[in-house]
Amino acid sequence: MIMIFGIPLQAFLGQLLLGLVNGSFYAILSLGLAVIFGLLNVINFAHGALYMLGAFLAWMGLSYFGINYWLMLLLAPIIVGLFGILIEKFLLKHLYKLDHLYGLLLTFGITLLIEGLFRSFYGVSGQPYTTPEALRGATNLGFMMLPNYRAWVVVASVVVCLITWFIIERTRLGALLRAGTENPRLVEAFGVNVPLMITLTYGFGVALAGFAGVLAAPILQVSPLMGSNLIIVVFAVVVIGGMGSILGAIVTGLGLGIIEGLTKVFWPEASSTVVFIIMAIVLLIRPAGLFGKEK
Amino acid sequence: MKLRTLSASMMLASAGLLAQPALANVSDNVIRIGFITDMASVYSDIDGAGGVEAARMAIADAGGAINGMKIELVFADHQNKADVAAARAREWFDQQKIDMLIGGTNSGVNLALAGIAAERKKPFFAIGAAASDLTGSQCTPYTVHWAYDTVALARGTGAAVVKAGGKTWYFLTADYAFGHALERDTANVVRAAGGQVVGQVRAPLNSSDFSSFLLQAQSSKAQILGLANAGGDTINSIKAANEFGIGKTMKMAGLLIFINDIHSLGLSVTQGMQFTDGWYWDQNEETRAWSKRFEARVKRKPSMIQAGDYSAVSFYLNAIKATGSDDGDTVMKWMKSNKVNDMFAKNGYVREDGRMVHDMFLMEVKKPSESKYPWDYYKQIAVLPGEEVFTKLSESTCKLVKK
Repeated sequence: MIMIFGIPLQAFLGQLLLGLVNGSFYAILSLGLAVIFGLLNVINFAHGALYMLGAFLAWMGLSYFGINYWLMLLLAPIIVGLFGILIEKFLLKHLYKLDHLYGLLLTFGITLLIEGLFRSFYGVSGQPYTTPEALRGATNLGFMMLPNYRAWVVVASVVVCLITWFIIERTRLGALLRAGTENPRLVEAFGVNVPLMITLTYGFGVALAGFAGVLAAPILQVSPLMGSNLIIVVFAVVVIGGMGSILGAIVTGLGLGIIEGLTKVFWPEASSTVVFIIMAIVLLIRPAGLFGKEK
Repeated sequence: MKLRTLSASMMLASAGLLAQPALANVSDNVIRIGFITDMASVYSDIDGAGGVEAARMAIADAGGAINGMKIELVFADHQNKADVAAARAREWFDQQKIDMLIGGTNSGVNLALAGIAAERKKPFFAIGAAASDLTGSQCTPYTVHWAYDTVALARGTGAAVVKAGGKTWYFLTADYAFGHALERDTANVVRAAGGQVVGQVRAPLNSSDFSSFLLQAQSSKAQILGLANAGGDTINSIKAANEFGIGKTMKMAGLLIFINDIHSLGLSVTQGMQFTDGWYWDQNEETRAWSKRFEARVKRKPSMIQAGDYSAVSFYLNAIKATGSDDGDTVMKWMKSNKVNDMFAKNGYVREDGRMVHDMFLMEVKKPSESKYPWDYYKQIAVLPGEEVFTKLSESTCKLVKK
């Protein structure tokens, strides 16, 4: 039997794959954060709560209205996105003139509000959400039994990440967005409605969080605490990738998922801290992050 | 100017602090109970606001006052941090003059509180905490450990599973004091019964994904997967185990399972699982009647811990009623020489090391087809007599036990 670092190759490949699944969540959440920070300069602390909201919407859709997973995969991000637009229009908009810290405090407050509301209604143990019919069961990959749903998570999030990256980096709309953040006055002079663009960007960024929430619902218990458990790691991912870097967020998200997965095998006790150790090292060597540009 | 206002208000505040003790004499006609638990985080469903409500029920059932002395309840969130809990407990003892302290969930927090209460010579009830160290190496003359502990869980579930043929074990353990204690105590039971522990993986508290740990457990080829964790960790590990089909090759033994976990996961995922519990709402007329009252207030059935909160407060108030005093030593003496007989425990008694000895129960989760009404989740497999399931005095490491 082939061994890698003292564990059989098969087990090693299995763990690699599981790391990739978790990395998909990191990628899609940090992507939303990176888009928002890149274009709005807002550190969106509400991201975790909106991810939780996405998962809860999926659960509510199914248990109150009988709306299936696939429809909610579309609806929940839209609802979360609209909610985000309200947040931006009525609250965040007033803070752009001020320091980053105010945006962070505001969104942190929003997090506490949303989580507190859900906690008082639903408690913390969480609600069960069953895997959709079409994705039940597992596939034998030779080295492990991979539940079909987990495979779907990887595919769905990689596709969404790539589409987002493509829109922002390779299309005219994306070019306008990037220009709007560099120099809003100049772009406005060309007849572009920059405030609207910013509002929609925030809506899109948080819709990504809602999407990740629906993806997570069948894997984790749908619980008010699910966002706050994840958000700190995701922030570390964004810092390692470089604040505001789109590609950085995707690549680091997947990469750190894999590193974390392997840590769970070789030194399980450290698996919750390994991301932060890497963050510290990266900040020492490249303060702008792996993919960030020094300003 | 700003600075001056600030220092002025600080002086006022410190003057207020100094003035407190003088006022305290006036309020001595009040029986004050302090209750510190997890109000908002992972363990808040099994205790939290429901636990506070249970304590309020006990106070109301005692008439709200004893011999003209009003009974008051104060409560606080410890955020699962021992330092937060300790600071609050000191403030309560020293300034608000509480007469008794209840520690809700979290063993780390409870170990800290026990020390503080002992310094003040006030009774301390550990209810939601599991670590057997509370009445073992870290026992105090003022600690009463009420509902359950890691030794009882280990002896109940561990012995039953080995007896049913589960000889080889692998542990998935929460990586902190409680998880280590539960793993240690269960491993001892398994080995003593002729079983074997083939390995363990220590997962950080609040891990979001357990699949990696579960695959490691599966590759160990052990028959039994022992879950030495609690709350959200237990829920997420059972859920992932189900997704990865771990149940086909291993049988899961949940070492600490609460009814809220079962309610949250559903019976289809948890059916057939055996575990040890100190109390179940549907055991007899008395438990059902109390649970009905509880549910009317809290909108769900009580956990073992919430029932324990009620029982402990009632027993404490009985002690005050009988002795006519809220003096710590007097009350402790009464509690250690009288039996606990209520809907929670029959013929329970508080031992010199602080352990409240009462019967525990080996439970099995029903199949969905066996569940007839809401919250009908358990069937009782065996009664585990308190004398056998808790640490015996002859095995005790508590310095208060005379040998």
